[in-house]
Formats: sequence, C-alpha cells, structure tokens
Amino acid sequence: MIVQSAVSGDMPKSRILGYLITAILLTLAFTPLIFSGSQPINTAAKICIFIVLVASYDLLIGYTGIVSFAHTMFFGIGGYGVGLALYGWGPTWISAGLGLAIALIVGTVLAFVIGLLSLRVRAIFYAMITLAVASAFAILAGQLSEYTGGEDGRSFRVPPLLRPGTVLFDIPALGVSVNGRVLSYYVVYVSALLLLLAAFRIVNSPFGRVLQAIRENDFRAESLGYNVVYHRTVANCLAAGMAVLAGAMSAIWVRYTGPDTTLSFAIMLDILLMVVIGGMGTLYGAVVGATLFILAQNYLQKLMSIASEATAGLPLIPHLLHPDRWLLWLGVLFILSVYFFPSGIVGKLREMQRR
Amino acid sequence: MSRPVLQTQGLTIRFGGHAAVNDVSCAFHAGSLTAIVGPNGAGKTTYFNLMSGQLPATSGSVRLDGEEVTGLSVAERARRGIGRAFQITNLFPNLSVAENVRLAVQAKARSAASLWSRWDHHTEWIDRADLFLEEVNLQDKRDTAAAALPHGDKRKLEVALMMALEPHVYMFDEPTAGMSVDEVPIVLDLIKRLKAAGDKTILLVEHKMDVVRSLADRIVVLHNGQLVADGDPETVIASPIVQEAYLGATPAADVKGEATS
Repeated sequence: MIVQSAVSGDMPKSRILGYLITAILLTLAFTPLIFSGSQPINTAAKICIFIVLVASYDLLIGYTGIVSFAHTMFFGIGGYGVGLALYGWGPTWISAGLGLAIALIVGTVLAFVIGLLSLRVRAIFYAMITLAVASAFAILAGQLSEYTGGEDGRSFRVPPLLRPGTVLFDIPALGVSVNGRVLSYYVVYVSALLLLLAAFRIVNSPFGRVLQAIRENDFRAESLGYNVVYHRTVANCLAAGMAVLAGAMSAIWVRYTGPDTTLSFAIMLDILLMVVIGGMGTLYGAVVGATLFILAQNYLQKLMSIASEATAGLPLIPHLLHPDRWLLWLGVLFILSVYFFPSGIVGKLREMQRR
Repeated sequence: MSRPVLQTQGLTIRFGGHAAVNDVSCAFHAGSLTAIVGPNGAGKTTYFNLMSGQLPATSGSVRLDGEEVTGLSVAERARRGIGRAFQITNLFPNLSVAENVRLAVQAKARSAASLWSRWDHHTEWIDRADLFLEEVNLQDKRDTAAAALPHGDKRKLEVALMMALEPHVYMFDEPTAGMSVDEVPIVLDLIKRLKAAGDKTILLVEHKMDVVRSLADRIVVLHNGQLVADGDPETVIASPIVQEAYLGATPAADVKGEATS
C-alpha cells in the first residue's frame, strides 16, 4: 500500500521485476554497511547517480518521444555549477547550494530556449540541434580554462561534514565507522530515491499522460486541444532540471568536475544504452538498466581476467577473454539484449508475467 | 435564422497550381446536420482540415461563433469547440481503449497542467470516459491496447474520442467506412442521438447515400474543390448536378456553370 502510493500507482506489473527492483534498492541502501573497500561504495554511488540521470532521460525519450543528445550537457551544468562554486567560493554548504541554484536556473532556461526554438521541427532535426548545442557546450567548457579548469577540470573540497576524515559515529557490531564519506553516500542515495519517486509522480500525473499521448500520436493530441510544443518544452525543462541535480550529486560524490566525467559524448551513449537495455518508458527500466550496465562496466573486466586465466592452456580463447576486450563483450551483450528484448528487460519481464 | 456556429468565407487552399478547395463559402448552424458529399478527390476532407486547422488556408476565412479562427492552431480551435473524428483512424496505439478516451475527457476538463496529482485518482474522468465507451459499445475492451483492436472497433474508438471532447461542432469524416454491417447502426444511432439533442452543429462527410438520406438536414456537394450544390436532401439528391457528379463524367467547368446558384 505504501509502496503503491510511493510509485504513484505505477506498480512493476511483474513479480520478478518487483523482486529485482527491491533487491537493487535494498542493496544500494546497505552497501556502505555490508561491503568494505572503496570500489563497492563508488560503484553504488555511480549507480544511484545514473538511475536519476537515466530516469530523467527516460522522461524525454521514453515518455515524450523526444530524442535529445544534450542530456549530458545538463548533467555537466549540475556538476560544474556545484563544483565551481565549491572551488571558487570555498567548501561550504552555502556555496554548494548557491552553485546548485545557479545550475538549476541555467539548465532550465537553456532547456526552455532550446525547446521553444526547436521542438516544433521534426524529431531528427531536433536530435541534431541538441547534438550541436551539446558539442558547443563541451568545447566551451574545455576552452574557458580560466573558469572551468579546461580539459583538466577542477578538483575541489566538499563541506567538512562530508569529508572522509569526519567520523560521525561507529557501529561496532558491523565494524563500520560512519564517516563523511558514508554520509555523502546517503545524501546521494536518498536524493536518488526521492528524485526517482518524483519522476514516477510526474509520469503518472495528468500531465504525464499527455506526454505519453504526444509520444503516441502528436497529431491526435493536438486535435484534442493539447498544446504539443508547450508540453514538450515543459518535459524538456523537467528532464533538464533532474539531470542538473544528478550532476550535482555526482560533483558531491566525486569531488571533481571535468569534461570527461560529465560532458563527454561517451556518457551520452552510456545513458542511451542503459535506457534501451532497461526498457524505455517504464522508469523501472532506468533502475535496472543503470544497475546492470554499471556493474558490467566495473566487474566485467574482473570476471574476464578470471575466465582468461582459467582458460590459459587453450588456443585463442584466453586472448578473446582478455580483460582489455571487455568493451567488445559489452557490445555483444548489448546487441544480444536489444535483439532478444526489444522492449528492454522490463518489457520482457512484464510480457512473461502476462503469459 | 440564428447566427451560424461555423462559417467559411471564400475558403481556398492551393497546392502548387492546384486548388484543392476553391472559394468555398458556407455556414453551419446549431441543431442541424449537414452532409458533405462529392466524388473522391472533391476536397471534402481537405475542407474539413481547413476548418479544424490541420491545413493552413491560402485565402479566405473560418469563423467559429462569429470569431475569426483562421490563423489559430489546431489545439486552440479544438479548445474552442471544434471536434474532429478522422477518416484514417488516428488513435494513441499503445495506450488502452480507456486511456484513449480518458485523454479526451481530460482535454475537455482542461487540467492537463496538473503535474503532481495522480491520474488514476481522477475518478470523475474515469467514470466519464466509461460513459462514452458504453455509447460506442466498447466497454468490454477498455483494457485492450488501441492498436490491437479490429478495424471496426478502432473506428468506434475514433468517434468516442470526439464524443468525449464534447465539442460544439462535430466533424465526422466517413465514420462508418470499413465497418461491418452490424457495427454501422451503433455509430449511426450515436449520431442520431447527438442530432436529437438539438443544439449541436454536426458535419458529416459520407459516401453512402442511404446514410446521408437518413441523417442529413441539408446536403452540400463539393466537386473539384468547389461548392456546386447546397440545399435540403431531396432537392440536392434529385438535382442533375448530383446525379452527374456521382457518375463522375461531367467536367468541372460545366458543373459550375449550371449549378452554383
């Protein structure tokens, strides 16, 4: 009942998916308490950040049918906004908040302008316009090195409460000491959870249904009296705002901002892959897609090096399984998943439930 | 007679040199059902598109309730009360039948902007949508995706979408095309009930002459984009121009010379 209300009545509609989502969210909730070392918590934080980023992209591509390549630009605006504020104005909560506020305003206004100018045109042109704007932005961030640190980016310090050196309390039973790093993780986790639920709320609102109507048939939506450009523009702004917040979460966690971590086209491709693998237009797909993709990114290499060593005596196979080949195998996995689950993992699971 | 609800004045659209609708002036009044007939390619659907805004007029004007709407968008005209059911079925394919109709109910209620309320908590819209589903006898298929419906049901849903919008002007574009014989009466009854309400302005493009005869208060004939006859059904059907236009042999120039009066 509480769950149903939290996801705004949009239940997983598949028992396996329900278990999977619960398992992912619970594991993420307890990662700092269960696992030791920095890799698990880093991976978990990245998953949280990408769940928000992919969910906000799903709002565009999956729910409204807008194909945009400028999503990393908004992610970058969030990262740079908070990062540069902390770098320039000192590591206080006020500078972080101010940086976030400025980033949110810049991001939403930019999304509004791009939307208003170009959401009237055909989808393919819109995609190209966003690609051009995003490239220009990335180049600009790289060249204004006086302010942005250029290609090197900026490392900065976070407010004292979030630093690893700050020990809040210990949990002797688990052998865990809750420090600023763990607190940072929970800031990221709770933000991600709240933003995800907010996204559920939006897509299941009357407004959200109009977005789906526009995705399905914008001509018909218009002839029912819905202003298509208005709805697309608002969706664009909402998705941009959410991506800005994901960027801010990333800045707080990584304590660094630069073109490669937030603005690069490689991240845009990752987002696309995650949303497709998970299942477009479901939001649950964002959770599943981001989790699987990032786990594969982080652990596929390890798995492959084990496999490579295990097959050391055989011809050719150890070479194919060499950890350096991980991108090849990720590509193969992607092709297979698109081929066998065209509607994503979520779509497949729901289909299985219906049978 | 009272002021017309919908009126066109010299309405024209040209595609290159070809005038698909040419200088059509016509007024439609509340409480009447006007059938627009003519051979294929006469410009009937184009005329509809000009009135509801899907196509921009090259010249001439469209007035709704006395106000000029010629330059307004499709959405704005819909909000002002022009309802349209399309000849080629135009639905939200991956949404359920009920969701399709609910979107029209919501459009009528005009609270699309609500970002934070839950859609499934607006039970008044759900109930209202169910009402329109019953009118077209689709209540048993409410959870089916629109794309999965058989052709006849899609046509009925198309009509239900316009009904749920509760417009001032109902524009039916061949509502029974491709329907099976036992489905046609459902839609015809619906149009009859609308007509019986007495205050609606109904426009109907229809090929089947028996349907036209049983429903229309007035018939307008388009031929090669021009209005060639306009009057009560008996007179228009009996006129040589309709006989000829439906035989399709008469050149447009002759038709115009004889019949426009």
